Amino acid sequence: MKKLNVDLMHFEDLNNWVRACEDSEIFLDNLIGQRYVGAASRGKNIIITGTPGNALGAYLDGSTILVNGNAQDATGDTMNSGAIIIDGNCGDTTGYGMRGGKILIKGDAGYRAGIHMKQYKEHIPVLVIGGKAGSFLGEYQAGGVIIVLGKGCEGKQPTGFFCGTGMHGGRIFLRCDEDPDVPVQIKAEVATNEDKASILEYVKDYCENFGGDPEALLREKFYVLTPNSNSPYKRMYTFN
Amino acid sequence: MLKEGQYHIPSGCAISGIFHKDGRRTDGTEIIRSISTMHDRSNGLGGGFAAYGIYPEYADCYAFHLFYDDPSVKDVCEKFLEEHFEIASMSRIPTRKHPSITDEPLIWRYFVVPRRYKLIETQLSEDEFVVRCVTNINHKFKGAYVFSSGKNCGVFKAIGFPEDVGLYYRLEEYEAYSWTAHGRYPTNTPGWWGGAHPFAMLDFTIVHNGEISSYDANRRSIEMHGYKCDLLTDTEAITYIFDYLIRRKGLTLEEAAHVVAAPFWSTIEKMPPEQKAEYTYLRDAFAGLLINGPFSIMLGFTGGVMALNDRLKLRSMVVGEKGEDVYIASEEAAIRVIQPELDKIWAPRGGEPVIVTLNEDAQGKE
Repeated sequence: MKKLNVDLMHFEDLNNWVRACEDSEIFLDNLIGQRYVGAASRGKNIIITGTPGNALGAYLDGSTILVNGNAQDATGDTMNSGAIIIDGNCGDTTGYGMRGGKILIKGDAGYRAGIHMKQYKEHIPVLVIGGKAGSFLGEYQAGGVIIVLGKGCEGKQPTGFFCGTGMHGGRIFLRCDEDPDVPVQIKAEVATNEDKASILEYVKDYCENFGGDPEALLREKFYVLTPNSNSPYKRMYTFN
Repeated sequence: MLKEGQYHIPSGCAISGIFHKDGRRTDGTEIIRSISTMHDRSNGLGGGFAAYGIYPEYADCYAFHLFYDDPSVKDVCEKFLEEHFEIASMSRIPTRKHPSITDEPLIWRYFVVPRRYKLIETQLSEDEFVVRCVTNINHKFKGAYVFSSGKNCGVFKAIGFPEDVGLYYRLEEYEAYSWTAHGRYPTNTPGWWGGAHPFAMLDFTIVHNGEISSYDANRRSIEMHGYKCDLLTDTEAITYIFDYLIRRKGLTLEEAAHVVAAPFWSTIEKMPPEQKAEYTYLRDAFAGLLINGPFSIMLGFTGGVMALNDRLKLRSMVVGEKGEDVYIASEEAAIRVIQPELDKIWAPRGGEPVIVTLNEDAQGKE
């Protein structure tokens, strides 16, 4: 494993170093806001301490990034495949336009997480948030799966306002006891055992990284949000 | 050479703040270190700082910081100052030559008290008198700009990257209980000395990351109350809006925050009756002062600081706490670089003000 003490190094130098590194195992110590770390990389296993900057793992193409700490904004922007695992909280627009791979966040995510995620055939992006998410979670979602485990929310809806606004594909799972407040174009139903079975693998993945019992978690009440397929945007854009 | 628009600079402004709740004063070294971490968010066309508690020896005087384009306007402006104020002290603001800070105007500082007979004659309160004089200078004297006018606080700004501006103004020689900083990446308006942040009116100072899409509606609304938007940038209007709402209309900081970053009507609709009535009143009474568009701002004032995001939270902002110190910044890294160990760090919700003030036993000593 190659190790680098990053400190105040400029992001361009750091990313050039990461790209040139022949060892696939990389340990980046003490990051202070460097942007684009691991962007578009494949086949690397990057471990980070400190605070990585914006657009961590943007366009990621198969690498695994593990952050021991919090991440900033636009983590996994438009990522293709691979995994980003955040042992902390994540900033705004996490998983922006994700088209594959997975992002696991131990704690909370900021605003607009999972905005405009999409899927194609076997490429199904997955975003798991352990705590709560900010407003506009899954705005314009077109595919993929977003799961919010709502730890510390005591059964309340673990999102801010306008969850799923403009959603037209994919699914959002919220662990909560109360009926979630969602726009009229979104259908929120209590998740069935079948729904839950379809996300067991992802919840297991989360628990393997951050602890917890996936089966026990999934025995609790979840809601699944999907676009209301009964002409969801009737009268919004056209008078059909 | 490529022109703007043909290349991409991944930027956005940066803000950072340090506040000591116990009133402890520290020099400018740390705030410079914090803001310089976000160097790439600005493009060298503006940097600045506000500092509170820096002039205890002149605590009863308004500290005016002025830019003059040339010595002739200085003469005219000083005549105006002499006429309206007793000047306790005046001098150049000490600076240090810096290779990347160029085209400097004349930069002067005056510690002033309004002339007694002028107050009697105009029948204005001291603060209002000062505001009108500042507005007068900025509006009528071409080439003279009062860019700081509060008591026991000061703004230091220039064209340049913020870390260079900090060195230029020798901020290591000032001690403040509250520091705010700004790195600028001007988008719609020119980068010039007067347009750098913070913007100030009396002891209110604003640093702002974002852009106001409602600028002209806000400008028209605030100019009806006697303010003049002469500094060619949107942030100036925010400063006057807060001065108007808080000092003149007597709103609390929270109420003022709910005016400028009001929730959507659809959100207000779902509130409990009492809260709904309050928010509805604020939106109706001050409709022209709702600020639309992305922003994260810090409003500095005597004894405190308020951080606020637009209601959609289209700009990033985090708040950290360690003991008696509070840190606010566009990026967590800018806090961690000066305080790696924090008791708490969180991202406030859009439209939800974070207000930090001096502890009771430190108040009045600032």
